[in-house]
Amino acid sequence: MKAIQPRQITDAVAELCRRAATELPADLRVALERCREEEPSPLGREVLGRLLENADLACREQLPICQDTGVAAVFVELGREVRLEGDLEQAVNEGVRRGYQEGYLRKSVVDEPLFSRRNTGDNTPALLHLDLVEGDGLAITLLPKGAGSENMSALRMLKPADGREGLCSFVLEVVIAAGANACPPLVVGVGVGGSFDQCALLAKRALLRPLGEANPHAGYADLEQELLARINDTGIGPGGFGGRCTALAVHVAWAPCHIASLPAAVNLQCHAARRRSTTL
Amino acid sequence: MSAGKPLPLTAPLSAEAVELLRAGDRVLLGGVLYTGRDAAHRRLFELLRRGEALPVDLRGQVIYYVGPTPAPPGRPIGAAGPTTAGRMDAYTPALLAYGLRAMIGKGMRSPQVVEAIVRYHAVYLAGMAGAGALMASCIRQAEVAAYPDLGPEAIYRLVVEEMPLIVINDCLGNDLYRSAPEQWRRPGKERP
Repeated sequence: MKAIQPRQITDAVAELCRRAATELPADLRVALERCREEEPSPLGREVLGRLLENADLACREQLPICQDTGVAAVFVELGREVRLEGDLEQAVNEGVRRGYQEGYLRKSVVDEPLFSRRNTGDNTPALLHLDLVEGDGLAITLLPKGAGSENMSALRMLKPADGREGLCSFVLEVVIAAGANACPPLVVGVGVGGSFDQCALLAKRALLRPLGEANPHAGYADLEQELLARINDTGIGPGGFGGRCTALAVHVAWAPCHIASLPAAVNLQCHAARRRSTTL
Repeated sequence: MSAGKPLPLTAPLSAEAVELLRAGDRVLLGGVLYTGRDAAHRRLFELLRRGEALPVDLRGQVIYYVGPTPAPPGRPIGAAGPTTAGRMDAYTPALLAYGLRAMIGKGMRSPQVVEAIVRYHAVYLAGMAGAGALMASCIRQAEVAAYPDLGPEAIYRLVVEEMPLIVINDCLGNDLYRSAPEQWRRPGKERP
């Protein structure tokens, strides 16, 4: 057994918060650069250039890439041979509290959605997802999720007969309705199968896959390519100002489901696709 | 759509300058802007509805929809890119009727707002969405002008230089978010 102190988790989460906000992941940068080379619209190319300039500036000046530094979605993979010497949720929230304070990040969480909507003042609570895995490691991935793209996401319970084309139509419908609001070029996370609740989480988890890493399932890999091509044919373009780069990637995650169901979820991610991982 | 150099303009914008702007024009904006988002808009709207004076005279002014991150030491403001304008749509026609001249944000406006932009000869411009550091680098000064209790949602008076913007909705009713995708759309299977 390996012992891990809550303090170590708090320190790690705080650093993930600060660095995720200011450092664009390398795979995103590569994708944005490739899109700038391929984008035929002059305005689209200019926007992509500005986004790359922004990423450099943010890293150099230690300013957030985007002012919406998001709600902290935290994915923890806990090894079975780890002994936690304290409360995981508390340690994660303390890390978010510290990271958002020390990093001069925006606190964007309200305590209750309908009546008070009072800002909790420290960006907690985090959205914590826990998986038990083999080994003696504790892996933490932070996905700070802004509201611009999250607000344009959607879930629909399709009919099994809708099949592949029904799923594609739904994804396109969501992307077109989102237009400029979701801050394209997007990373499109798609969940298919599972249940109503699990499907949404599949779509979110699909956003954690690094860009350029192929879907291990040939059928879904092919589906991702078709969806990407069709999304880029919509003409929405970078910033929604018109062009051919509307999405950088489409990632599909799936799970077994009920014989009568075909749940589908689309979780849109803006171009400021911040994510960062560490292992204790 | 203009392919040439971006147009340098100074805020507050004159009625004449706004009349000449067309959807797709690129603008580099300097001068004075006021920030405002959901909470401040709700308050301004209530005051207008009751026929009371606003805490800041916004007639002829430019409003920037933004909720910045806290200013780190030595900077006037933190990251400060545009936020989704659609959330302000319910309050916007009243503000335009009152005399607001221009709005900066990101994302689509409602038909009511597009119509009010035409009626009151106003303009809606988009900033570089998601480029919070870049937009912040154009902001030279920031001071609270009203509603300090709202924190990042307070109304700030900003002094800006060469802020890169794109005209979305002009006073003739043009809408870049509609026309540009139409121009770049590849006909075929993209429609559901």
